[in-house]
Amino acid sequence: MLLVNGIRTFAEVPVGEFFFTNEWNPSAYGKSTYGILSLVASTFLVTIGAMIIAIPLGVGTAAYLAEVADSRLRRFLKPTIELLAAIPSVAVGFIGIVLVGPFLARVFGLDNGLTALNGSILLAIMSLPTIITVAEDAIRSVPNSFKEGSYALGSNKWTTLVRVVLPAAMSGIIAAIVLGMGRAIGETMTVLMATGNATEMPDSFFDPVRTMTATIAIELGEVPFGTTHYFSLFAVGAVLFLISLGVNLIAENLAARFRYKA
Amino acid sequence: MKPILQILFGCFLVLISWSCGGPSDVTNILIKGSDTEVNLALSLAETYMAKDEKVSIAVTGGGSGAGIAALINGKTEIANSSRAMKDEEIALAKERGVNPLGVVFAVDAVAVAVNGNSKVEELTIAQLGAIYRGDITNWKDVGGADMNISLYGRQSSSGTFVYFRDNILKADYAPSLKQMNGTAQIVEGLKADPAGIGYVGVGYVVQKDGSITEGIKLVRVKTDENALAYLPDKQENITSGNYPIVRPLFQYVNGKPSGELRNFMLYCLQDEGQKIVQEAGFYPVSQQYWAQNEQVLNFSYASSKTSK
Repeated sequence: MLLVNGIRTFAEVPVGEFFFTNEWNPSAYGKSTYGILSLVASTFLVTIGAMIIAIPLGVGTAAYLAEVADSRLRRFLKPTIELLAAIPSVAVGFIGIVLVGPFLARVFGLDNGLTALNGSILLAIMSLPTIITVAEDAIRSVPNSFKEGSYALGSNKWTTLVRVVLPAAMSGIIAAIVLGMGRAIGETMTVLMATGNATEMPDSFFDPVRTMTATIAIELGEVPFGTTHYFSLFAVGAVLFLISLGVNLIAENLAARFRYKA
Repeated sequence: MKPILQILFGCFLVLISWSCGGPSDVTNILIKGSDTEVNLALSLAETYMAKDEKVSIAVTGGGSGAGIAALINGKTEIANSSRAMKDEEIALAKERGVNPLGVVFAVDAVAVAVNGNSKVEELTIAQLGAIYRGDITNWKDVGGADMNISLYGRQSSSGTFVYFRDNILKADYAPSLKQMNGTAQIVEGLKADPAGIGYVGVGYVVQKDGSITEGIKLVRVKTDENALAYLPDKQENITSGNYPIVRPLFQYVNGKPSGELRNFMLYCLQDEGQKIVQEAGFYPVSQQYWAQNEQVLNFSYASSKTSK
């Protein structure tokens, strides 16, 4: 349905304009423009920022939980982390507007905190529980014989963890990262509230941005059925879907290369 | 296990039969649209439902664009809009078999607000347009400090967005405009941002006693360099026509209304309804819109209970 409705956009909008120009203004004063480049760039900026924060934190926490923490601490921390995942995205967006935004404005000397960085931090908070839970399961499922062999050869705990266990669990860790990334790409309410929704192409993390998901959410309420604007929103949705599909395929490919036949 | 299942099934049946069917002499009216008008519409709906038990009115926001789209899609009885319908929207409606007719039930002034600590006192309409088009980018060019102007506005589904664009900018907004989700978010943004400027309906920021919301400052607006600049906090500045950014608030319906729908819309125009309009921070319908209202609702201002 995404594709069928999305393709009907191109009856009126030239394909080149849609994919390669960066002005999204379907209800413009003058001529309507339908370029999604700045929307795609915004989505990527926010997602990659979120992953930069979440991947080291998430994999590190998972490794700590699986290998280093004693069982009492684990029994307490695991449910707490899973609780983070249960916070509704509106609440996280609200925290972004009220707490994180002004904090960022003070720290970096900006006029206001509604920027891509704000969105990235919030998305990292939302995708962390997913990454941690799946990665931790992957690390724990590494057979003990790997670790015993490494210790027998004289390595210490750190070397074993970084050189033996993590590479062995890599396919699971990649799966965790992809799941987290999927969550970040598709998140709508949080970015809608906390990133400022400016349609221009962002120059840096400190610019307000508008992601593809926010665009669909904002505009779908006001389009009459069957207009070019209506179809173009489906096209944006189709692009989003294809991006998620692409990310999943790449990750599947990477994961297959790391899989141990144990 | 079995008794529990029976009880649950029984509750399910009761729920189903309660939600469908029932007495059908209650008229349901759905009002959808402008966020500027939503609180006012809610007050009007509540007082009217208290007087007339045969009507059930549900009010939602979503922006003028959303309301108009719902009317065109046949999904609402009344579309609240803080802007007039565009020619393309009217044409699309007629194609779908909907005949949109508009009634003006209140008049609104749009205030221009800046951060409470800003040094800017007044702006001309031309300067406002240039600021929002992105032609003027630094506050020092209009009498403020040396800071880049930070623009706040609504989204394209908002009638206020469209009205401001079509009447003040007469061109497209600068792409650096931060499109906030509602008037509340604009006000919150302005309170925190020393270089911010935003536009909001007057009723939202000016209370009944004339006081203005804390943390922001309203800018005096003048039509050109030589005119007097007016602040929209006093009613006479607006009803006299001195404050330049004023617009009618519409209720659009499909064809001439009749029965309970017409009664409700008449109520909004009569003394009681207009009093509620004023308490919400808007202004009574000025005479230039009377002829349109009389035609759509088929009544006469002179002979009914409505006064000025």
